[in-house]
Amino acid sequence: MPKRWIQRDEKPRRWLLSERIFKYATAAAGAYVLAVILVMALQLGFESAPIWEEEGAEFIFGTDWNSVPGRESYGALPYVLGTLITSALALALGFPLSIGIAMLVMIMPKRLGRPLGYLVDLIEAVPSVVFGLWGLFVFRLYFRDYVEKPLHDTFGDSIYLFGGTPFGLDILTASIILAIMIIPTISSISREVMSAVPQQQKEAAYMLGSTTFEMFRMAIFPYSKAGLLGAAMLGLGRAVGETMAVTMLIGNATGANAMVSSLFDAGQTMPSIIANEFLEASPVGLHTPALIGIGLILLGVGLSINVAAHFLVGRMVKVNEGPVH
Amino acid sequence: MRAIAKQERRATPELEPQRRYKMVTENVNVYYGDVCAVKDLTMKFPEKSVTALIGPSGCGKTTYLRCLNRMHDMTPNARVEGRVLLDDADLYDKSIDPIYHRRKVGMVFQKPNPFPTMSIYDNVVAGVKLNGVRNRAILDEIVEDCLNLAYLWDEVRDILRKPALELSGGQQQRLCIARALAIQPEVLLMDEPASALDPIATQKIEETIQELKKDYCIIIVTHNMQQAVRCSDYTGFMYMGKLIEHGETKQVFERPTDKLTAKYVQGQFG
Amino acid sequence: MSHENRQQKRAEIRAMFKSNVRRRLWVDKIMVGAVVVCALVAIIPLVWILGTAVYSGLPALSWAFLTEEPGAVGAGLISIGPAIQGTIILIGLSSILGLPVGILGGIYLAEFGGGGWLARQIRFFMDVFIQVPSIVLGIFAFLAVVLILGHFSVWAGGFALSLIMFPIVARATEEAIRMVPWTYREAGAALGLSKMAITLRIVLSQAKKGIITGVLLSVSRVGGETAPLIMTVVGSSVFFEDMDTPMDALPLRIWRFSLQPYDEARIAGWGAAFTLLLIIFAIHLGVRYFFMQEHGGKGLRGVLHLGRKVR
Ligand SMILES: Nc1ncnc2c1ncn2[C@@H]1O[C@H](COP(=O)(O)OP(=O)(O)OP(=O)(O)O)[C@@H](O)[C@H]1O
Ligand SMILES: [Mg+2]
Repeated sequence: MPKRWIQRDEKPRRWLLSERIFKYATAAAGAYVLAVILVMALQLGFESAPIWEEEGAEFIFGTDWNSVPGRESYGALPYVLGTLITSALALALGFPLSIGIAMLVMIMPKRLGRPLGYLVDLIEAVPSVVFGLWGLFVFRLYFRDYVEKPLHDTFGDSIYLFGGTPFGLDILTASIILAIMIIPTISSISREVMSAVPQQQKEAAYMLGSTTFEMFRMAIFPYSKAGLLGAAMLGLGRAVGETMAVTMLIGNATGANAMVSSLFDAGQTMPSIIANEFLEASPVGLHTPALIGIGLILLGVGLSINVAAHFLVGRMVKVNEGPVH
Repeated sequence: MRAIAKQERRATPELEPQRRYKMVTENVNVYYGDVCAVKDLTMKFPEKSVTALIGPSGCGKTTYLRCLNRMHDMTPNARVEGRVLLDDADLYDKSIDPIYHRRKVGMVFQKPNPFPTMSIYDNVVAGVKLNGVRNRAILDEIVEDCLNLAYLWDEVRDILRKPALELSGGQQQRLCIARALAIQPEVLLMDEPASALDPIATQKIEETIQELKKDYCIIIVTHNMQQAVRCSDYTGFMYMGKLIEHGETKQVFERPTDKLTAKYVQGQFG
Repeated sequence: MSHENRQQKRAEIRAMFKSNVRRRLWVDKIMVGAVVVCALVAIIPLVWILGTAVYSGLPALSWAFLTEEPGAVGAGLISIGPAIQGTIILIGLSSILGLPVGILGGIYLAEFGGGGWLARQIRFFMDVFIQVPSIVLGIFAFLAVVLILGHFSVWAGGFALSLIMFPIVARATEEAIRMVPWTYREAGAALGLSKMAITLRIVLSQAKKGIITGVLLSVSRVGGETAPLIMTVVGSSVFFEDMDTPMDALPLRIWRFSLQPYDEARIAGWGAAFTLLLIIFAIHLGVRYFFMQEHGGKGLRGVLHLGRKVR
C-alpha cells in the first residue's frame, strides 16, 4: 500500500481535472483485463450456443465427430481426454526432471548454477512451433526407431499401452515434447520457491547431521510444498493450452479414432483440433460453433487450473510470512 | 606491536593442563568476502565444562561458534582458515564429510528455527531418525527426556502432534534446544539460548546446562553477564573479532587482566 | 534420574545410533547423480534443438531467402521475406495496441490501486490471463474482429497478440514502478508537481529499464506465437498489402513448411526457425545483459512465470 499522496491545498483547477482524467484512464486500462475476460467468456458462450442447444451434454460426452453437412455430429470427449492425458503424462515426465534441475541449480556453486538456470530459461523462449518442427523432423524419427518399435515389438501384444502402430506421431511423442516444453516453467518456479526457504531452515537440517539430500527432504520440500504444487499446476496449465507442437505431433485423429487406446495411437487435443479445423470449418452449420465450444471448455479448464495454482503459490507466501524464519 | 603480542599470549592460557580438551581451535580466521570477522582465534574447550563467550554485539561470537560445526559451509561468501580439532580430528579435513562431525556437535541457533511444517514430536526426533533409530518406544522416550531437559515437556505433552509453527517464540527456542539434545551430541553450541525466555525458563535451562555439563562440552554465547557467571566454568571475551581474554570465569569477572575486559564486565562499555 | 543413569542412558542411545553415515552418503551421492541425470535429460533436447536449428537452418540462409517472396514449391527457392515482414508488422501493431493499456494498467496497480479491492482483482486476473491458452485468444480475436469486419485482417492478429502482451507489460511495469524509491516522488511533490507529472516524468523515467525489460520479453513471447494467428492473419505468400487482408508471419510459415512433404520445405522450415530463434534470443540476451542486471535479475522473471513474485 503506497503512502497517502501528499495533498496540496492550492491546486489549480486545470490540474485537478487532468489529474482525475489520468487516474481514471489508468484505472480503465487496469480494468481492461476484467472486461476482456468477461467479454471473451460471454462471446465464446454466445457463439457456441448453437452446439450446446443441438448436442447438449452429448457435446461433452459424445465421441462422434462428423462435419459433413446433413450428417453433422459433434462430441468433444476424445479431445478433452486427449488434452487431459497428454498434459498429465507431460507433467508426470516433466515434474521430476524440473525438480531435479532446480535442485541441481541450488546445490551447484553459483558460478555454475547460474548459467545452467539461464540455459533452462532459454528453452522457455523457444517458440512452440520450433519444438514442433524439431519433434516432427528429428525427435520423432529417433524415438520411433529406438524406443517405440522395440517397446511395441516386445510388449505390444501383452501390454495394452504399447499396442497400436508406432509411427512417431502419437500421444506419447506429443506428451514428451510437452514435457520438454513445460520443464523450464516448472523448474524456474520451483527454483524460486525452493530458494525462498530461509537459510536457517537449511542450517537446522545440516546441524542435525543431514546430507544434502536429507536436507532437501527435511527442510526444503516440506517448507515449499505448496509452492511446488503450484509450480506443477502452472506447468499443467501451460501443457493444457499448448497448441502448435502438439498439433504437429499428435497425429490428428478425429472422432472415435481419437479416443486414447494406446500410447502409440494418434490422438487429438482441444487446442489441436481447433488449430486443425478452424479455418476449414464452414461458417454455416455447426462446425464453427463446435470448435468455439471446445475453446470455451479449454478456457474453463485453463482458468481453473491457473486459479488453483495461484492460490497454492499464495499459500506458500503465507507460510513465509509466519512467525518462523 | 609488543603489546599486541603480549595480549595474544595472554589470551590463550593453558587452562588446567591435566584436563582433556574436547575441542581446540588454532589460528582461526573467518572472512565474509574480504571482511575478516574473526581474527586469529586460538581457544581450547575442556571436556565436561561450560565455556561462555561474551562480547559486544557484532564482535564475531556467532561467526566463531559456527566454525565449530562447519556451518559456514552453507554461507555463500564465508571462508574459514585455520584448524578446528574435535577429539584431535581436524573438522576441516577435506577427506572426511562434515556430517561425521556435525552429529557430534549439536547447535542451538540465535534465532529459533524449528521445522514449521513438522509436528513438535517430529521436530525433536528429526535428527534421531537420521541416525537410523525407528523404534517407537525409544523415540517416545527420547522425546520426553529431551523436552524435559529443555523444560518444555509440561507445556506440550498434550499437543505433541501439533505443528511447531503454533508454538510461541520462547517455546520454539526450547524446542530447538530439545532437538539439538536429541541427537545426543558430545559438544553443545548454544547461541544465546535464553534470549527469548522468561526468567523461570532461563533458570531451568541453566539447570539443564549444569546437568549436561557432567557429560558434555558446552559452549554458550550470552549477553547476560550474570548468566555467564552462574553457569560457566570458563569465559572468553571477544572484541572486534579477537579473543581478548580467556580464563576461568571467576578470574575473568573478578580479576580481569585486560582493561577492555574489565570495562566490559563492569558494564561500562561503549 | 541420577546422573549415572542418565549418562548410561545416553550411551545406550548413542550405541543405538547406527553408523549409517557411509550408506547415507552413498544415498546422497546417488541422489545427486540422479539430479545431474535429470538436468542432462532436460538439457539435451535444448542443445539438440539449437544444434539442429543451426546445423540445418544456417545453410538455408541467404539474402534471397530472407527477403524474397516464396515461389511455388519446386520452382527453386523458397523464401520467407513476407513472413519476416509480417512478424515485424505484427509485433509493431500488437505493441501499439497493447503497450499503452499495459503501461497505464501497471501505473494504476502501482500508484493508485495499491492494496484495494479493485487492484487485487485486477492483479489476480492479469496473472490468470497471462496463462490463458493463446488459441482461445485467437478465437476471441476471430469473433471480435474478423467476424465484425467480415474478413481476415492484420488487425485481428495484432489484437490477439496485444492480449498476450498487455498483462505481461502491466505486471512488469507495476514491479518496476514499485522499485522506484519513495523519495523521488517526495522530491517531485516538493517541487509542486502534480501527481500525473510526477508519475509520468519522474517515476516512469526511473522505472524505464524495468518497463523496457517487460516490453522486450513480451515482444519475444509474441514473436513466437502461432496459434492465435491461424484464425486471424491466416498466412499468405506475398508481401504485406494492406491491413484488411491476410498476412504472413514467421511462426505460421514454419508451420506451413512442416505440413509439406518436400525436402525443400523441411530445409526452409529450419531456415525460418533459425531466423526466428535468432530474433528471439537476441531480444533475450539484450534483456539479460542490459536490463536484468540492474535489478539483480529478480522480480521480473517472477512476473513472467507466475505473474507474482514468490518472495
Ligand atoms: N553473512 C554475513 N555476511 C557478511 N558479514 C557478516 C555476515 N554475518 C555476520 N557478518 C559480520 O560479521 C561480524 C560478526 O557478526 P556475528 O554475527 O558473529 O556477531 P555476534 O558477535 O554474534 O553479534 P550478536 O551478539 O549481535 O549476535 C559483524 O560485523 C557482521 O556484520
Ligand atoms: Mg550472534
